[in-house]
Parts: sequence; C-alpha cells; structure tokens
Amino acid sequence: MPRSLAPWLGVAAVLLSACGATPAASTADPGVPQPGGTLRFAVSSDQGCVDPQQVGSNDTIYSLRQVVDSLTDQDPATGELRPWLATSWEGNADASAYTFTLREGVTFSDGSPLDAAAVKANFDAVQDLGPRGTLPKGYLAGYTGTTVEGPTRFTVAFDRPNVQFLQGTSTHSLGILSPATVAKSDDDRCAAVVGSGPFVIESYTRDEAIVLAKRAGYAWGSSLWRSPGEAQLDRVEFRIVPESGVRVGSLQSGEVDAIGNLAQQDEAPLTAAGAQLVGRPNPGIPFGISFNQATPLGGDAAVREALSLAIDRAEVVATVYNSQTKPATSALASTTPGYADQSTLLAFDPAKAGAVLDAAGWLPGADGIRARNGTPLTVELTWFSNSPANRAAVELIQQQVRKVGIDLQLREKPISENTPTLQSGQFVATWGNTTRADPDILRSTYSTAGNNYYRLSPGPLDALLAQQAAEPDQAARAAVVAQAQQLLVQEYDAIPVVELTTVLGVAADVHGIAFDAGSRIQLHDAWKVQP
Amino acid sequence: MTGRYLLRRLLAAVGVLWAAFTVSFVVLYLLPGDPVATMASGGLDGEPLPPEQLDALRARYGLDQPVVVQYGHRLVAALTGDFGTSIQNGQDVRSAIIEALPPTLQISAAGLLVAVVFGGTTALVATYTRAPWLRQLLMALPSLAVSLPVFWVGLVLVQVFAFGFHLLPSVGANGAAALVLPAVTLGLPTGALVAQVLAKSLAQALGEPYVTTARAKGVGRAGIHLRHALRNAALPALTVLGYIVGNLIAGSVVVETVFTRPGLGRLTVAAVGVQDIPVVQGVVVFAAAVFVLVNLAVDLIYPLLDPRIGAAS
Repeated sequence: MPRSLAPWLGVAAVLLSACGATPAASTADPGVPQPGGTLRFAVSSDQGCVDPQQVGSNDTIYSLRQVVDSLTDQDPATGELRPWLATSWEGNADASAYTFTLREGVTFSDGSPLDAAAVKANFDAVQDLGPRGTLPKGYLAGYTGTTVEGPTRFTVAFDRPNVQFLQGTSTHSLGILSPATVAKSDDDRCAAVVGSGPFVIESYTRDEAIVLAKRAGYAWGSSLWRSPGEAQLDRVEFRIVPESGVRVGSLQSGEVDAIGNLAQQDEAPLTAAGAQLVGRPNPGIPFGISFNQATPLGGDAAVREALSLAIDRAEVVATVYNSQTKPATSALASTTPGYADQSTLLAFDPAKAGAVLDAAGWLPGADGIRARNGTPLTVELTWFSNSPANRAAVELIQQQVRKVGIDLQLREKPISENTPTLQSGQFVATWGNTTRADPDILRSTYSTAGNNYYRLSPGPLDALLAQQAAEPDQAARAAVVAQAQQLLVQEYDAIPVVELTTVLGVAADVHGIAFDAGSRIQLHDAWKVQP
Repeated sequence: MTGRYLLRRLLAAVGVLWAAFTVSFVVLYLLPGDPVATMASGGLDGEPLPPEQLDALRARYGLDQPVVVQYGHRLVAALTGDFGTSIQNGQDVRSAIIEALPPTLQISAAGLLVAVVFGGTTALVATYTRAPWLRQLLMALPSLAVSLPVFWVGLVLVQVFAFGFHLLPSVGANGAAALVLPAVTLGLPTGALVAQVLAKSLAQALGEPYVTTARAKGVGRAGIHLRHALRNAALPALTVLGYIVGNLIAGSVVVETVFTRPGLGRLTVAAVGVQDIPVVQGVVVFAAAVFVLVNLAVDLIYPLLDPRIGAAS
C-alpha cells in the first residue's frame, strides 16, 4: 500500500504546501547536552515482540537496543570490540573458548544482580529459545556450555572455533536479560522483558507504541559512550506509524522528533523543513546479484563478468537511493570490519562487457539480444518486494544491461519466499543483501560447507572462509577476509551493486543519536534542546 | 414468524461460517511462500536458518502434517473458538482478536454515526427541496464520495487538519479528538451508500397511495416526509446494513493504517504481511461471523416489521 500512496501524497503535499510547517533553524554547533525531555521516534512497524533476543526487524531493534546491555560494544568506526558489561576477555588458542571478566555492581531493573550466573542463564536459554531466536542461535553456533568461575568471571565454550561469537556479544541479539525473564517461555518473553540497559520498558501497546523510561542510577554504560552514567533523555516514545507520508508529515509538523525508513522522495521536503538526515551504510553483504551456479547461465563466468561490467552503479545509486547511499565496492559493505576495496574490479565498462561476451561466443542477434548456438542470453533475476527501492533498482539495471545485449527478465516474489527459493534452487540469479557487522557473513553465504544456496563448486574460497572463522588475530583475519573478497569479486560469484544505507530524519533540535556498528541506533547520549 | 423460517436462517448462518473457514483455509494454504521461513529469516536482513531447524519449527506449528489432517484439527479447534497461536509472536489468536476489537468497534461506531448523519441529511434534503439545482448537487455528492479512495481522503484530512492547522491529532487512539478524522474518513463513503439507498426509497415512498391519503388529511409536507415516508423508506436501508457493516470493517484496514490506530484492520495487515496463517484465518472467520449475525438479526427483525415476509416463507 505505501507504494500506491506515495503519488497521492505528493499531490497532497504540493496542494497543501501553503500550510506546511515553518522551517526550523539548524544549529551547526549542538553545544552542551541538555538532560531531560521526551524523544518521539516514529517507526513503520511493530514485530509484536519486545524480547531483544527474538526480534530481527530494525524498527523493533531501535527501541529494544536501549533496554539491554551487551558484554561488548563494537566501535562503528574501526570495527573493534570495546568493553561494556565485560571489562576484559580473552580467547583460547583455537578460538573455541572465551573467558570474560564482568564489571561489578551491575543490576537489572528488577534489582537482581547481573553476574556470571545470569550470563550463563542467558546463553543456556538461547539453545531452548523458540523459532524467533535465530539470530542469537547463530552467534552461539557449536555452544557447549558456560562455566562460572566466580561472580564476575566465566568461560563460554564451543565444540569448534567460533570467532564471530565475539562480535555477536556486541549485538542486541545477545543482550543480557534478567534471569527471571530468561526463565519465561519465548512467547511470554515477547510480552515483557527486564534488562540492565539505560532505559526500561514503561509500556508496550501492540501496533501503537513502545515507551521507554530512563533507568535511574544507571552507571555501567559502554566505553564508547560519552559517559557511563544515566541517559540524557527522560523518556523515549517509539510510535508505530506505518504510512510513510504520515511519518514524514509528523516530523515536518513537529509531532515527532525522528523518523525511520526514509525514501529518496522524502528527503527534499524534510531538509526544506529544517530536519537533519543522518545515515550510515549497513555492514554485511551489500545489495547485489548472486547466481545459482548450477544453472547453465549462472555457471557461465563470462555471463557473470559481462553483467557486472554492464551495470552503471553510480547511476543506480543516483537514480534510486537516498543521497547518502554509495555504490558497492566489494563483496562486503564498506562499514564491515575487514572490508577491502575491490572497486578496480567493479568498474562500469560496457565495451569490455561486449568483448567478454563476444569472446565467449555470445553474439548480438537481430533484436540486439545476444545468443549462442540459438540460445538467447536471457537471464532471469528473482527479486523480493521487501524494500521499496528494489523494483526501481532492478528495472534500471535491466535497462543498463540491455545495452550490451543481455536480456534480464525480472521475477518478483514476496519476501516470505526468499529462503524457500534459495533452498529449492529454483532461480538463476537473485537480488538481495544481508546486514551483519562481522565478515563471517561471507562464510555463511558463500562457503560450500554450509547451505551453499548459490551452488558454488568447492575451491580455494572455502579454505579462506574457514580460516577466517578460526583466526583470533584481527589483523591476520582481515588479511584472509581481504583475499576472500578479492576471490569472490574476481570470479564474479557476487556482483555487489549498492550499499544499503540506513537514513533517519531527525528534527533540528535533536542531537547525539548514534549509529552502532550494525547501523542500528544507540540513544544513551541523545538529547533534545529543552524549551 | 414460523419456526421453519428461524431454523432455515440459522442453518444458513452456520453454513456461511463453515464456508468462510474452509475457503480461508484453502486460500491460505494455496498461497505461495512459507510462514515459518518468513519468521525464521529474522525480519528483513537476518541470516536464514538451516533447513533442519526450519523443519523442527514446522513440526511445532503442525505445518508438517498432511493438509487434510491440519484442516481437521483446525476445524475441530475452531468449533470451540480456538484458532491457535500467532506464528509471529505466540499470542493466542482469540485474545489477539478480543484485544483488537474495542478500538475497531469504537471507530466503526463513530464512522457509522458520521455515515448516518451525512447520508441521512443528504437524502432527506435532496428529496425535500424544491430547488432542482440543490437536489442535483446533493444527489451527485454520494457518487463523488463513493469514488474517492479512502486512503486519499485520510491523507488529505491529516495534512490539512493535523499537520497544517494543528487542530486535531494525526495518529493514535487517545480521546475523542483522535476519533474525528478517522471517523470522517470512514463515514464518508459509507454515508454515501446510505444516502443513495435512502434517497431512492424516500422518492419511492413519496409516490405511494398512503402519502396521498395523508396529504388529503391535511398533514404538512415536513410531517409526511419525516413521519410517514422516512419510516417506510428506512426498511430498505436496513436491508443493506450487512453491506454497511462490511464497508466499515473493510475501511478500518485503511483508516487504522493511515491514522496509526490499533484494531482488527492493523492486526490483519500485519498478519497478512508475514503470512501469520492462524491470525488471518481467525480474523476472516470472525468477520464472517459478524456479517452472519448482522444479517441474521436483519432477517429476524424483518418479519416483525413486515408480517408478510415471515408468513410467506
């Protein structure tokens, strides 16, 4: 429905611009934080669950991230892990066990202590967590148990090397909940949870709002924050506003202070009204095309290479996406730790694309579409309607590659068919992305030892992907990850196109909304100019 | 009213409910896609789950059994009012519907009020006035109101009254003020329907012999219009009550989305989006039950108002 509403809203906006909000002055220097006040944040959906260990939708993560603390925090600038609940940690030689030391004196908002036993209860319970606990389960893959060595010291052990677990400890998915919450069933946890974070859930009204209140006496903030003490804001109201036009209007008119899920056409009216646009590329696998290499076309390296050369990424970004979006330059997004620039391999070169296809025997036919031995160069691209930009992006790419004689046929499917499609192999190429702030996402996506949805043949890439998963030394791991990215791009196993970028609209008088390493928000330091 | 008439109506009502259950079951199971895979994909950008874990989840929700067995289980459970639990958040479907009902009832009642006032006034004035231009103008209004997309009306009202003049809240369900814009949005197309039906039957009633008789007895124009014609013209309007209720329920989907109100409409939209089969089916059967009850009530009241109906059948 939002798609069909947009044009109408444009008409309405033009008709009614005369009675629009007056632009507010944007201050260059935000000055000293002013405590107090309520931040009103409009998001588009409600996942129907307030357990951070069970939710996967950004709209819901935005609020629940504020309710739980994590063992570690990940520096969004460097990807390094920094102390939060844990003051220090070390892994064993083969990265299959990690010993943490906890900060003392941390309590959950129900008064119970956050100690080693509480952490153990959390990790043990993840194993029994129902269907919605897939994210934390992934981080704890191969978990064999947690040994409590003292009130503030414990060891988490795995039956295999698990380097990505450490990054997992920085995410909301492994945020620590009170033992009383953990003891409840997954369904009951969806209704209410207790954490140790800088905010507590004051009320939750399904499909309407999640209201957070400041936790008095909070003193164990992440080392990445301005101060470890209490949050600046007294309250945060996350209102669920599904209609994008109403979200934009609410921010313009001052009914809310921040909104998520901004489309390109929302930017101009918001900046005209004095709002700030804050964005950060999502880490992980950028939006792009991946092939089913068990199919004749997907397995043809010349076709993959030519398709990559025929895509004008800059044009796709400028035409379809938010102003802060960048073309993809590697198999990993630029905000992923271990990212290595491969842009020289991802140039736009239609002449070379033609030459590659000529050499492979794909010759232009009468209608401009190439063919080989009577078979037209028709590549079916399956895409999912989960993001409004997807249709515009794949349609533009279809036009671009048509110029070098590739006939891209677009096949739209609902997002619910994503996994079944990949599992069944009923596709030639797909358009998609995955958000994850750890390079191990390459292994879960492209290793032939895993699901191998893209039907890659075993090869040197497998060894690199396995090696990085067991390499505790960050520099050495990054070097291996760089090789893997180069191999993926060189072989055109992945054709990265654009980095999905999270963009928020924020009122001029709101400051300090921070993005974490996963491009989700952290509101501890956020503040609002008080009247 | 005869017992056979009553029995026939009751059996028909049960048949409609069973058909609603079965059709919704068939349609939902023919839908492409896999609700468990949707849920397990962790929203839009989570990592997909391995197949063996997906299989375990299907077993938990009974989705691994043959469709006929699932149908049987669900039908038996539905007879006791049990529609299972939401796949997305584990909430009991019955309590989810009960929870979503009051706000939808509130908005529907307010919308119905707007519809009756707007539709009734339009029809009465249009048939009463002696100025042809006013009659034509008023009779054109319902067609216009019916053809306006509900969401467009809603967005324009929000832009003007909430964001433009800051007179009324744009979103939420707190207080009477928040009810005004959604009620108007919902009431306009429904009121147009009321106006069309009522105007037509008013015009018809005014041509009946009893009107001539009344006029001969010296009853004034307004008296004839309100006391005699309206009373008789209200009967056909009652017949379309089921349709009006349907209009209000369908409209609540759009209105609750535009105005960010909780309710059955939002529950449905969210459930359809993630293929939460138990919730969608629960809502479908519930909506069917409302239709059935309203139409049953109309059928049962009708013979009381017009004794010929019960006796003839």
